[in-house]
Amino acid sequence: MDATFGLDYAAAPESASVVQIKAEYGLVIDGQQVPSSDGQTLESLNPSTTQPLFRFALGTAADVDRAVGAARRAYEDVWSPMSGTARAKYLFRIARILQERAREFAVAESLDNGKPIRESRDVDVPLAAAHFAYYAGWADKLSYAGLGPAPRSLGVAGQIIPWNFPLLMAAWKLAPALAAGNTCVLKPAETTPLTALLLMEVLEQAELPKGVVNLVTGDGTTGQALVAHEGIDKVAFTGSTEVGRAIQAALGARGTKLTLELGGKAANIVFSDAALDEAVEGIVDGIFFNQGHVCCAGSRLLVEESIADDLLERLKRRMSTLRVGDPLDKNTDVGAINSAAQLARITELVAAGVAEGASTYAAPCPLPEQGYYFAPTVFTDVSLSSRVVQEEIFGPVLSVLTFRTPEEAVQKANNTLYGLSAGIWSEKGSRTLWMAQRLRAGVIWSNTFNKFDPTSPFGGYRESGFGREGGIAGLEAYLDV
Amino acid sequence: MSEPTVSVLKTYKLFLGGAFPRSESGRSYEVVDHEGRFVANCAQGSRKDVRDAVQAARKGQEQWWSQTAANRCLVLYRAAEMLEGRKATFTEHVTQAEGVSAETARALVTKSIDRLVYYAGWCDKLAQIRGGSNPVAGPYFTFTVPEPTGVIGVIAPQESSLLGLISVVAPILAAGNAVVVATSEQRPIPAMEFAEVLATSDLPAGVCNLLTGRLGELAPTLASHHDVDGLDLAGAPQEMVAPLVAAASATITRVQRPALATEWDDDPGTKRLTAFTELKTVWHTIGR
Repeated sequence: MDATFGLDYAAAPESASVVQIKAEYGLVIDGQQVPSSDGQTLESLNPSTTQPLFRFALGTAADVDRAVGAARRAYEDVWSPMSGTARAKYLFRIARILQERAREFAVAESLDNGKPIRESRDVDVPLAAAHFAYYAGWADKLSYAGLGPAPRSLGVAGQIIPWNFPLLMAAWKLAPALAAGNTCVLKPAETTPLTALLLMEVLEQAELPKGVVNLVTGDGTTGQALVAHEGIDKVAFTGSTEVGRAIQAALGARGTKLTLELGGKAANIVFSDAALDEAVEGIVDGIFFNQGHVCCAGSRLLVEESIADDLLERLKRRMSTLRVGDPLDKNTDVGAINSAAQLARITELVAAGVAEGASTYAAPCPLPEQGYYFAPTVFTDVSLSSRVVQEEIFGPVLSVLTFRTPEEAVQKANNTLYGLSAGIWSEKGSRTLWMAQRLRAGVIWSNTFNKFDPTSPFGGYRESGFGREGGIAGLEAYLDV
Repeated sequence: MSEPTVSVLKTYKLFLGGAFPRSESGRSYEVVDHEGRFVANCAQGSRKDVRDAVQAARKGQEQWWSQTAANRCLVLYRAAEMLEGRKATFTEHVTQAEGVSAETARALVTKSIDRLVYYAGWCDKLAQIRGGSNPVAGPYFTFTVPEPTGVIGVIAPQESSLLGLISVVAPILAAGNAVVVATSEQRPIPAMEFAEVLATSDLPAGVCNLLTGRLGELAPTLASHHDVDGLDLAGAPQEMVAPLVAAASATITRVQRPALATEWDDDPGTKRLTAFTELKTVWHTIGR
């Protein structure tokens, strides 16, 4: 029974049977499914049950070498000489097939990642298809992108993606790279390779020439081997700042082009004149969307002091209606934490916050007995220097700070080593733009949060990384202009 | 019988925070011309000088970016005016530093002036070619604007003492950044003469800091400084690149790779102009 409204929900589960998951998947190199060179495999779990879903190959340095070789041949023989029009048509095909298989991909994503079906269905999969469709249209008009008179592809791109938006990140990486005329070696995250594996079937159905996209599944050592490979002309990485640093240093004197999309600790700033109920929805979307496994999550709430009590009251009331549970249930607002390791990190940081003397409020929703779950949590009575305010938690945990003036809000918002995103809630346009000019962040949402679009550049300032994905800037990341 | 005229020799110092101080270390090093003849004792900048310059640059950048784009354009154009007025002097200094003929040196100075004019004009146009609105699928007005990365450390070209320096520094300034430059170690005089051009061009103090000294001392300090947002390795010797990149990676500092020696003759394009910019995208709801 729901505490606030006295309403109950009947479970509305999506059927897992719409996706056929094989017992084991190989690497995809030069269009062929192959085992890893030493036959080693890893297992992917369903985080909502902790039950095994399938096994997949643990790619080695030798596998990476084969994949880069296949990508190089495909680049030189097929993809780079191909007309932009032809490349465009392949990418449009991929977008279309993804749309046709949308339901299957949404279920697969929720099974492997733990995110609610509502999100995989309405955000991840449609946006992934939209990215292919958007960049498809660039393939035959690169010289009109305004980047220079004769932009050239780079060659072979090594792309390493995270576990929070597995299919969407694959689309963000592959679509602009392919449109620009590069070939790819994609390395998905260790805990969520399923939709990338299924995407390879889509590419096959689209008859994308063999070797244009190669998939090397594995763990951190596989990614390291990819970065270290001398045959790579471009590295694109989305993940933690710590690994981003190591990649930048590892590339050293090599001329390899690099883009990094790293961590964040975004401020979501609410002024007293904001539409408060809308702001509450935005705060909830900002931090609890995708269990808070979002680099641009609004994890620091900055509230104008005069409305802090009122807003917190409304926020807690809204949080009490959140439903945490089965990712495949269409009623679910917050799904499963992706892995035991991530759950342990969230738990550790929250304990650190409590130890530092912060007060917590956790949503009073029941959590499933099986699986990795964490109740949406809010910290109050925290200081700017608290660990939970400074460190990226990457979970459904919000910290609340207050401010009195716009200047103070800017100062507190910018008091972080990151600079990926920020939110501003106010009905006063001139002040919103004044704030937007001063916030050191790559994406600023005003009266909304966590919105993404293939036409819109996304990426960070400072230690949130460099380079942009989306829009013309996302194309430039894969071109020599 | 009249006495021979004794010329007044110039004491070269650092250009830091809009002033011309000696190195806090009190050190200097001997600079010679292309034939090995003594030219001057230049200040040998220290690690502390680099840190002071970064602090000055942080302040200068805020002021520089708070000015209008049209104003930044005219300030850089003013620098071109001042350089034009001192063309003969610069021709002599470039000849002395690089060992080229007077004719070649004059052409290099002319090209340097043209480059300043070129980038001056970009100040109020960059946002128009790299920014714009994004046709997103939803009721939002979404626009993107380029902003400066912040404080940029520059390893100036070692050979091309004036044209190389201006080709690297001008686009970074045009994009709204401030710089701390380690000048050409062996050929620093044209850079320090250029400091006088900047000092009389209404450029806010600290926007451009020029430090003479040993690259081996200045470059690692710049690369590892946590308040340096970008690093242009234009003139970095090959063996220094990997360690400098590794130092820069500690704070995800944006790095530009060493320049090709032939680059300065080419059409400068927009590559250097956009190298140290950050795109900011703003979404705003549309509704009644």
